[in-house]
Amino acid sequence: MKETPLSNCERRFLLRAIEEKKRLDGRQTYDYRNIKISFGTDYGCCIVELGKTRVLGQVSCELVSPKLNRATEGILFFNLELSQMAAPAFEPGRQSDLLVKLNRLLERCLRNSKCIDTESLCVVAGEKVWQIRVDLHLLNHDGNIIDAASIAAIVALCHFRRPDVSVQGDEITLYTPEERDPVPLSIHHLPICVSFAFFQQGTYLLVDPNEREERVMDGLLVIAMNKHREICTIQSSGGIMLLKDQVLRCSKIAGVKVLEITELIQKALENDQKVRKEGGKFGFAESIASQRITAFKMEKAPIDTSDVEEKAEEIIAEAEPPSEVVSNPVLWTPGTAQIGEGLENSWGDLEDSAKEEEDEDGTDGAVILGSTKMDAGVEVSNIGSQDAPIVLSDSEEEEMIILEPDKNPKKIRTQTISAKQEKAPSKKPVKKRKKKKAAN
Amino acid sequence: MAGLELLSDQGYRVDGRRAGELRKIQARMGVFAQADGSAYIEQGNTKALAVVYGPHEIRGSRARALPDRALVNCQYSSATFSTGERKRRPHGDRKSCEMGLQLRQTFEAAILTQLHPRSQIDIYVQVLQADGGTYAACVNAATLAVLDAGIPMRDFVCACSAGFVDNTALADLSHVEEAAGGPQLALALLPASGQIALLEMDARLHEDHLEQVLEAAARAARDVHTLLDRVVRQHVREASILLGD
Repeated sequence: MKETPLSNCERRFLLRAIEEKKRLDGRQTYDYRNIKISFGTDYGCCIVELGKTRVLGQVSCELVSPKLNRATEGILFFNLELSQMAAPAFEPGRQSDLLVKLNRLLERCLRNSKCIDTESLCVVAGEKVWQIRVDLHLLNHDGNIIDAASIAAIVALCHFRRPDVSVQGDEITLYTPEERDPVPLSIHHLPICVSFAFFQQGTYLLVDPNEREERVMDGLLVIAMNKHREICTIQSSGGIMLLKDQVLRCSKIAGVKVLEITELIQKALENDQKVRKEGGKFGFAESIASQRITAFKMEKAPIDTSDVEEKAEEIIAEAEPPSEVVSNPVLWTPGTAQIGEGLENSWGDLEDSAKEEEDEDGTDGAVILGSTKMDAGVEVSNIGSQDAPIVLSDSEEEEMIILEPDKNPKKIRTQTISAKQEKAPSKKPVKKRKKKKAAN
Repeated sequence: MAGLELLSDQGYRVDGRRAGELRKIQARMGVFAQADGSAYIEQGNTKALAVVYGPHEIRGSRARALPDRALVNCQYSSATFSTGERKRRPHGDRKSCEMGLQLRQTFEAAILTQLHPRSQIDIYVQVLQADGGTYAACVNAATLAVLDAGIPMRDFVCACSAGFVDNTALADLSHVEEAAGGPQLALALLPASGQIALLEMDARLHEDHLEQVLEAAARAARDVHTLLDRVVRQHVREASILLGD
């Protein structure tokens, strides 16, 4: 289905908040959301959670014949899929632009930067090489897909172990994991993408935009770096106009962020390695078990509330009192509307549509009005003088009628519209009264 | 290709250029009579053709019409004979889609779309021979075509590629230099304000060298601007002579 459009007030709110250097989740301008990496039971499977954005990565390998012009190199294949569960807007036919952009960026980041040694994937030159395939699936979209996907891809590649293979003359022996331990891939460096979102024609920038911020941004700059401060890819998109020093500043920020993320990745890999070696339990089931499905746990974000009280008092002191004070509030029980003489009409829609039809026969209504008008006027003031709140409901009880019993009986035109004829006097006098009120 | 020296000791590149030198650029506007705007550019051996139709009514779904600006639609296609090996799919593959998206992004920022609400501007680019710097040639050709069509733009959009070899930044890479696997940067610039409309970089480049490469690409793009400006003025002069002014 089509994406629900962002309302103008929400857009304005987000932009104003960004101008005041505030983000919806309380982060600072250069802060990343919490990154959580969990591994599956198989080698090469991982889930990366960047805030609520979740990407699943899986690496698999296969022996194939190499490309003709690259006979001694293995083949790397990357594929990112935007699963339909990630966002309602993702449908099989609709995603092409975003999909192409993300896939190309990932390919350039991971393949052109030569993070994996493809020569080591060669088994027999010209005949058999390993084809490594990285499949990424976006499971939940809460902004910044590209960062999460790049982390998932590189973590999955680091985690993956391919079967050991030996060549004797013409014979190629492929060992199963039981015969010989699988071998990790040889990875030179870990390129990680960092996204910068620009707002207000490049005046403000944010790192790691979430989904709302992405909707109001002018454009995105993605810089992929590794921890040695080598830039692997830069891509600006969305039609923003950048200046050279903005790009340089972003690259410096990216350097710092990439270091932090690389440390996190190394730690996660080490932990998993340790658990597997010690024979402990590993896999997704283990990492999910600690977040018990029966317990509703919300992630707490640390927010500084020390000055909330003062600010609240300030706001209250400066605020004006509400303009209207109703001393006799009228409570409506659900499913009720009222229409009647001396009462406020709450059947506004019905009124407006019926108004046009009944406006035509205006003359005879005038006569009736004359006699009832004064009563109606008195009615209103009586109601106003009651102290207790009036509760109006659909009850059939006679006692619930608000109209005072000692009033002059009014001329009530029978209505075919409403069933409760005793409580539904003619509509016309009421309307006339309203019109007269409006005229006054 | 491993033994090929991209930059010799005397500072000459494979094709005899210096580090910051551009290839020879020849361009012509108004190549096709029936299109609203068209241009042909040759940057060294890279040949690109651009055609612009518009602004016209939105084709296809009316729902895509934007109430306050024009829609820019770009398509990139490279001929099957454009590269050394015959290409099987001239357009529709991922790389062509990406190029189309990038061109669209570049021109949406440069064209004054607010002047043509609810309409569509089509830019079609065809690469006839790809010898490095295809994105740059496409952008330059498209700029000339848009100018030929008379569509108002903020400024010229000039693009150039740059690389980095042996601590020197090279401008306007040829295919040999691109295939060598070093870092390549493609930059689209609006020369008057120095604003970057598109920046794209591949392969590893250390952060400290980024400024040098950006500077080289920006300088080269400004040189391209001088040449394109000359081409446009020449074209207008010729056209006014024909009209008898």
